[in-house]
Amino acid sequence: MKAGALDHLAGLAMLALVPTLTAAPAAAAAIQVTIEKLVFSPASVDAKVGDTIEWVNKDVIAHTATVKGGWEVIIPPKKSASLNLKAAGTIDYFCRFHPNMKGRLVVAP
Amino acid sequence: MFTRYTVALAALLLVGAAPVAQAADKPTDPQIAHIAYTAGVIDIEAAKQAIKKSKSKEVIDFAKDMERDHEAVNKQALDLVKKLKVKPEDNATSQALTKAATEERAKLAKLKGAAFDKAYIENEVAYHKQVNGALETLLIPSASNAELKSLLETGLKIFQGHEQHAEHVAGMLK
Repeated sequence: MKAGALDHLAGLAMLALVPTLTAAPAAAAAIQVTIEKLVFSPASVDAKVGDTIEWVNKDVIAHTATVKGGWEVIIPPKKSASLNLKAAGTIDYFCRFHPNMKGRLVVAP
Repeated sequence: MFTRYTVALAALLLVGAAPVAQAADKPTDPQIAHIAYTAGVIDIEAAKQAIKKSKSKEVIDFAKDMERDHEAVNKQALDLVKKLKVKPEDNATSQALTKAATEERAKLAKLKGAAFDKAYIENEVAYHKQVNGALETLLIPSASNAELKSLLETGLKIFQGHEQHAEHVAGMLK
């Protein structure tokens, strides 16, 4: 009975481990998006939850990466700013200071 | 010839009539540099007035964005003309722009509160539209130096962004 309980526990531990292992994402990547002359490039990025997007602003003016009703990252002139992706989905963003600048993140789970 | 393109630009600024500008004589690079720089100074002055007068956070934030961007672009323009050893040349178009802007500021100075905010933002939309029209159809095509042309092209993208930003703020005020 006691041994059986241990087996059971061991089994549970295994069960608990297995999904953790299979669900563990591949090493999180850092993905760069360059901003030059008011263009996000690449304009669309494929990423995974856990990846970090780093916007590198080469312009002399500040920009933002803003999601309507969501997050906002301000990227000062000649500086970089990062965001860790927490949720899956397709995210369209724009620059709040220059709304003619548009970008997209396609985030896989 | 100088008068002809000035009149053409004035017409363009008023009605956005591209064909008129194309038929006109081209401004020179020193004149283009002066016109572009003056256009920036005008918007900085307008922004300073709004920062001082407005009570609306949206309007003040917008004005600060304008002041910051136009100062950065004008600094870049000054660096470029220095590098190219071009001396910006005052001209009738720059003078006409400054005169119109001085009148607009005097008009805005008499307004208060929501009336000021509305008039400032509406003028920002109209002003950026006019300057963008002039950049697109006259100043960029006339620029002969490649670096000056490139700076004007980036300027156009920035100011098109400002026009959309101003339209957005105008929508929020309604």
